[in-house]
Amino acid sequence: MADNQPSSVVLVESFGHALQAEKMLGAAGIPCRLVPVPRHISSDCGVCLRFSSDFHTRVEEILSGRLESFEIVRL
Amino acid sequence: MDAIYLDNAATSWPKPDAVIEAMIRHQRMVGGSPGRSGHRLSIEAGRAVYGVRETIARLFHIADPLRIVFTKNSTEALNIALLGLLKPGDHVVTTGMEHNSVMRPLRFLASHGVELTVVACSPRGDLDPGDIRRALRPNTRAVVLTHASNVTGTIMPVQEVAAIARERDIVTCVDAAQTAGVLPIDVEMMAIDLLAFTGHKSLFGPQGTGGLYIRKGLDDRISPLMRGGTGSRSEFEEQPDFMPDKYEAGTPNAPGLAGLAAGTAFVLAKGPERIHAREKALARRFLNHLEALDGDATIYGPRDMETRTSVVSFNLRDIVPSDAALFFDERFGILCRPGLHCAPAAHRTIGSFPQGTIRFSFGFFNTEAEVDLAAEAVVRLLQR
Ligand SMILES: Cc1ncc(COP(=O)(O)O)c(C=O)c1O
Repeated sequence: MADNQPSSVVLVESFGHALQAEKMLGAAGIPCRLVPVPRHISSDCGVCLRFSSDFHTRVEEILSGRLESFEIVRL
Repeated sequence: MDAIYLDNAATSWPKPDAVIEAMIRHQRMVGGSPGRSGHRLSIEAGRAVYGVRETIARLFHIADPLRIVFTKNSTEALNIALLGLLKPGDHVVTTGMEHNSVMRPLRFLASHGVELTVVACSPRGDLDPGDIRRALRPNTRAVVLTHASNVTGTIMPVQEVAAIARERDIVTCVDAAQTAGVLPIDVEMMAIDLLAFTGHKSLFGPQGTGGLYIRKGLDDRISPLMRGGTGSRSEFEEQPDFMPDKYEAGTPNAPGLAGLAAGTAFVLAKGPERIHAREKALARRFLNHLEALDGDATIYGPRDMETRTSVVSFNLRDIVPSDAALFFDERFGILCRPGLHCAPAAHRTIGSFPQGTIRFSFGFFNTEAEVDLAAEAVVRLLQR
């Protein structure tokens, strides 16, 4: 995932959920990376999962119903 | 004189090399604050902790690893469960074989408006599940029991008790300190709602590790014991309400948990059944020696190895247990535990209160030769 492509992040409740999301996307072959939550999105000091915005819809489909609560934000 | 370690029910020793190596590796190479900071080492540490959750989840057949809360031992896990769940006016049922890690929180609650029933067990430590059923009241909130006694090794009928409780929507809380790693535990099949385990006994982890499984939905009814930083929801000054962060305030014992993962992996690789079979064989061998002494040894607990773990409690004529233990240590290098084993209720049940018993608890790494030497030490003490 090149840094200059438009990317999105999955925001989740906790680090454990971020790892679960990472596994689900990984299993579906979607490249993603754990990064600190960007300051302008949230003042939370946790991590989120960054991926190319091309996958936006698929990511939403994969996580829906499998993660208790999450939010996808375009950077 | 080599030490012969027969105190595995207190804490297992030695640990598999892989456990020690995992802790050293974690401290040298990982070391970040798990999941807190977002940098490489923090993420790696967080992954390691999550990996431990997965390993423990596999062992206990827990579908979602995030249902596991890490604690420093089973005592902390039991305190979270009992103090968090029970409110004045609630009724709770336990057994006459419990360790003080169950009994003391319950006695404390009983002095603060919780009704407590302690169901009696037989002098061998057996519990009749029917007695649990008869003790239930309309306001019974929970049944708390050990999976196996740390005094007699008696395996309790957890599945039967949990089935009775489940019928009436009563929470079953199980103290698996003595069994996690040696007896099969399936929280779904056994209908266990809360499972407290410790890492430093039969899971071969280091001291300072343990945890609590909380069934889905139940966390809404259990308030946390401690509140503080979790690395999540940092913009809020209130404790998060989701698992496991709700109960995991403060930086966890990540190096210890790395050791626990290696210990649990050791158990999974060997298979709890094989470990239990090995320990049972050692305990049976020692019981054979004791039984041959006729009247000189009083043996507590069941004799049938299918209903017990490898903890053997006994007394020798009128010899004070602590004197016996000192003799075994000084003359034979045998390390055991005399006295009440933090379980006065169990000793009252089996009739050995207040002097207690001598307890030899055999572990996976003991040998037949050690068992035979322990038996010889017993004979020598009797001849003294
Ligand atoms: C039956 C039982 N419950 C609870 C405990 C407490 O374990 P820990 O000291 O690791 O909290 C022990 C051992 O000490 C035990 O044998």
